[in-house]
Amino acid sequence: MNEIVLKGIPAANGIAYGSAFILDKGEFIVPKRIILAHEVDSEIARFEEALNFARQEIHTLKEKVNQDMGLNKAHIFDAHILVLEDPTLLDQVSKGIRQNKNAAEYVFSKVIKKYVQAFSKIPDEYLRERVTDINDIAKRVLKYLMDESKLHDLDNLQDDLVIVAHDLSPSDAVSLYNRKIIAFITDIGGRTSHTAIIAKSLGVPAVVGLKDATLRVNNGDFLIIDGQKGLLIINPTFSTKELYAKEQSQIHACMEKLDDLKNLPAQTMDGKKICLLANLELSNEIPTIKKVGAEGIGLYRTEFLYMNRLDLPSEEEQYQSYKQITEAVNPYVVTIRTLDIGGDKFISSVQIPEDMYPFLGVRAIRFCLERPDIFKTQLRAILRASMHGRVQMMYPMISGVAELRQANAILEEVKRTLYDEKIPFDTFLKVGVMIEVPSAVMMADMLAKETNFFSIGTNDLIQYTLAVDRVNEKTAHLYEPSHPGVLRMIQKTVDAAHTEGIHVCLCGEMASDPIMAFLLIGLGVDELSMSSSSILTIKKMIRSVRAVDVQRICTEALQLCTGKEVEEFVSSQIRKLGVL
Amino acid sequence: MPHIEKEIIVANKKGLHARPAAFFVQLVDKLNVSVTIQKNQEKVNGKSIMGLLTLGAQCGTVLKFIVEGNDAQKAVEEIELFLGKQEEEFIL
Repeated sequence: MNEIVLKGIPAANGIAYGSAFILDKGEFIVPKRIILAHEVDSEIARFEEALNFARQEIHTLKEKVNQDMGLNKAHIFDAHILVLEDPTLLDQVSKGIRQNKNAAEYVFSKVIKKYVQAFSKIPDEYLRERVTDINDIAKRVLKYLMDESKLHDLDNLQDDLVIVAHDLSPSDAVSLYNRKIIAFITDIGGRTSHTAIIAKSLGVPAVVGLKDATLRVNNGDFLIIDGQKGLLIINPTFSTKELYAKEQSQIHACMEKLDDLKNLPAQTMDGKKICLLANLELSNEIPTIKKVGAEGIGLYRTEFLYMNRLDLPSEEEQYQSYKQITEAVNPYVVTIRTLDIGGDKFISSVQIPEDMYPFLGVRAIRFCLERPDIFKTQLRAILRASMHGRVQMMYPMISGVAELRQANAILEEVKRTLYDEKIPFDTFLKVGVMIEVPSAVMMADMLAKETNFFSIGTNDLIQYTLAVDRVNEKTAHLYEPSHPGVLRMIQKTVDAAHTEGIHVCLCGEMASDPIMAFLLIGLGVDELSMSSSSILTIKKMIRSVRAVDVQRICTEALQLCTGKEVEEFVSSQIRKLGVL
Repeated sequence: MPHIEKEIIVANKKGLHARPAAFFVQLVDKLNVSVTIQKNQEKVNGKSIMGLLTLGAQCGTVLKFIVEGNDAQKAVEEIELFLGKQEEEFIL
């Protein structure tokens, strides 16, 4: 087998090697399997047998229902049988097996998924509900085609696999948190995609935006993932393996050295202190966060509590989660971001209307203001948890003062009710505003008068400032954190905050890139919040520079015209200083 | 082989999807002809329930039926009759 090297976008640092597991999104996960040319006919025959088998099963079921509940109810199965007898379906699957030399189960699941997608788009409630039926039928067929134990869902994955997927959704992410995954590879996505966020919080490498990795990689292929350079190497040669083994041991040595930094302050050589905080999705990350010496949680993404379930989390359930985290992180602060759904994050319990431009649609605070019932439940839980340690809270996607006031009015109402019910809460709970919409930057001076702190969410701020969809792989190259336009946005925000005497945290992926973090410190950002896996690297950078140099280089960098110039200038200056 | 093309309006209130689609496929199966259904540029096999469902033909949609086979004339009449019926009248 020949070695294949694919170049993608580096999303999380590190080097890993192991066997590939192709994860297909949807109701069921069917690994791709290539068959030989002479196996085509028997594979098609096997598929027809599977259809027959499923038909038998449904006939038996229909008989039983007919006896128990009468003919009327049994009719539903006629439609199921019609699907199994569908000539077009049979034709499409046979063709797929013949042309692509893929196993029946893989082709079949692909064809079914296409139909399911088509049905979901038809504006008919009844028809959309039939998607469940079709998935049900598909499972019967797949059960015959595959060893049932292999028809796994995310919960039954083996350990030590490289996950290869077209894309990963936040809800996949939740299922993957407890698995031993050693790396992630996706076809689409950029540096701020969920895959990157998950990989970083798990501390494993990831390469995204590989375009067609899921087509090139076969299940079980041996892969090397180079998260630094953004490379995927399929079936590497012996010499490549050796090369990477060496590099990996160097990285390990480096990491061990970094470990010595965990109890040292994040402070420049001339004494400027930068607060390094961790981003948090799920409570089981807390031990790792403590291990790297984070000084609190700068961003707790609460939407993960709402995902992968059909109902909404109750006030009590949320309170218990927030309380547990608050107590675990005490005496450090936990910054809870109120629900940020919409955009590319969805939850099953609430229907969010499909928008043409979801990132410009009803999401985050807009959603919460439209659904005060959901918002109030969360606010109550946060306020109650504030009694158990240091809690502060922030609103995502605030676009101006009116929205902030609206949200605060609801908060006041909730506080009054709690007060009336004699339920204790921290009356001085700090409330911050996330700065991620350009209009919020322009209004930062006014917003700063009515809030306790700012938190710049660069993932979204960059997207909105540069008008670049960050989940669209076609525009991924335009997503440029070092763009002078972005840097000026950050500068304006910091200046407005400091004028009013409030502090600024920054919690995007930008904070975990040493070059960008260098610039951010120069811009005057007080706190950086990032995945725990990046904290020590950034701390090392901070401890090896002087604030005066950072300031000087940053001022010069702001005079440059393009993102590329900025990046080249700053990295050359950092090299000159002998850092990194 | 007789070949008939005819445009018929779906008069069934619920359109030609979901349950009516299942009945329709069963009807075509009995007719012993080949039926192709065209909506705009999209063509599907009349015996394919999945194809029919993806057309999403609601009440009032004009569909073109291309019928081939010895009993084509009779088949078109039956189809026309079916599309004028409401769901409660379907008998299997």
